[in-house]
Amino acid sequence: MNTNRPTLDQAIRSFTGGKQLLEGRVKFEISPLVENGNAVPVTVEVDSPMTAENHVRRIALFNEKNPQADVAVFHLSPRSGRARVSTRIRLASSQTVVALAETSDGSFWSSKANVVVTLAACIEDVSKA
Amino acid sequence: MLRPVLAATLALTFLSFARADILPKDKRSGFDFMSPQTQAMQSDETSNPGMLWVLDGERLWGEPQGSAGKSCASCHEDATKGMRGVAARYPVFDEQSKRPIDLAGRINRCRQTRQAAPPLAHESNELLNLTAYVAYQSHGMPVAPATDPRLEKFRENGRAWFERRLGQLQLSCASCHDDRWGARLGGSIIPQAHPTGYPLYRLEWQTVGSLQRRLRGCLVGVRAEPFEYGAPEYIDIELFLMSRASGLKMETPAVRP
Amino acid sequence: MTRALVNVPKTARRGEVIEIRAMIQHVMETGYREGPNGVTIPRHIIKRFVCKYAGEEIFSAELFPAIAANPFLSFSTVATESGTITFEWTDDKGETQSTSADIAVT
Repeated sequence: MNTNRPTLDQAIRSFTGGKQLLEGRVKFEISPLVENGNAVPVTVEVDSPMTAENHVRRIALFNEKNPQADVAVFHLSPRSGRARVSTRIRLASSQTVVALAETSDGSFWSSKANVVVTLAACIEDVSKA
Repeated sequence: MLRPVLAATLALTFLSFARADILPKDKRSGFDFMSPQTQAMQSDETSNPGMLWVLDGERLWGEPQGSAGKSCASCHEDATKGMRGVAARYPVFDEQSKRPIDLAGRINRCRQTRQAAPPLAHESNELLNLTAYVAYQSHGMPVAPATDPRLEKFRENGRAWFERRLGQLQLSCASCHDDRWGARLGGSIIPQAHPTGYPLYRLEWQTVGSLQRRLRGCLVGVRAEPFEYGAPEYIDIELFLMSRASGLKMETPAVRP
Repeated sequence: MTRALVNVPKTARRGEVIEIRAMIQHVMETGYREGPNGVTIPRHIIKRFVCKYAGEEIFSAELFPAIAANPFLSFSTVATESGTITFEWTDDKGETQSTSADIAVT
């Protein structure tokens, strides 16, 4: 396991440029107990009118314990209509995952989730597969 | 004083190890044991990764294969009609080999005898694509095993393998899937082992795989030497498992953890 | 060319917010896994996804190895006009793959 990766806080700071994180507006849907860390469905929805004057510019996902902190960065605009994205991510172990939103006024909002990841009961012998 | 207690304990132990077939009212697909998130991944065709293989199978169905220049469609025409209900009956009795044949085996048999094409390798994407596409045509239909009486002895052989303790761990399929379904093995809930969704997308594999791949995983899990791909034992076991799953709905392409 | 499956409503009312889904077959090899004999399997992932609506970009994503194999994305857009919605995936070797779907907006 790569222990040289940035911490979760460092990863967040690289996205926000050190700006203060505000609480609220971000709804982060991820199951607290995951059947398989290879494909974890997540949905991030940000409360925003998505107008030209007031919209979400980016949504980012970061993790705490994978070999790499980055997961994805989504770019939105007033054309999105709604600030809601879904995808499936990989989690190597039980850890904290963070969803960040950057709004058009330059502020940053966040939501954290603690996820327990269970491993498959029997590991397949891939060399024989 | 101790003797009645000992006798009672022995009786209870014997009862708890007695094998019990799943009652019809308790028969449930592995789907029911999954989290709502994984269920949603399967139920929605636009997010089910297995559909990527089904769509590739649809393409292969219409492409000429081998030196005879024929596609599956050349003989079978529209799969949505011609292949409807087929997978729900398999494995069936094969006249040529005089034993049961599974869907993948039948596809390869057709390739060799009708299309003058080489058989597709086990677990190859092409074979999984075609098998998934054909099995998908039975989606939602109840498992309805073929009733040919010549299958009986092979089905019984499959049952014998299902009940046989194997490997260093000396566990039979029945030890978990008849006796302890619903309980947990590590963090995973033990399902009843009905192969209603194969080929399926397994999150652990990050790809689509066959029932044989899954059976091999279990054999390795109990520390037994797995049979080679294509072994008759797998076909007999599948024949038994599909009879045991009779009435449950076909789910191909299923998603499983 | 690997298989892609996209979902766009065939029709929509002008101004309606519609959901779009895009999934593509790709191993998303992380570069952190070891194969037989302990040799690291090289990274091979889709890095970027761009969706355009009548030629204008409406959504894009930067993807990293932590995105699951056979990447799935769901996002929204406002139905503005009838036209073609295009989807383009680019991997870390710079190779791209595209597909498209049409929408009729009334």
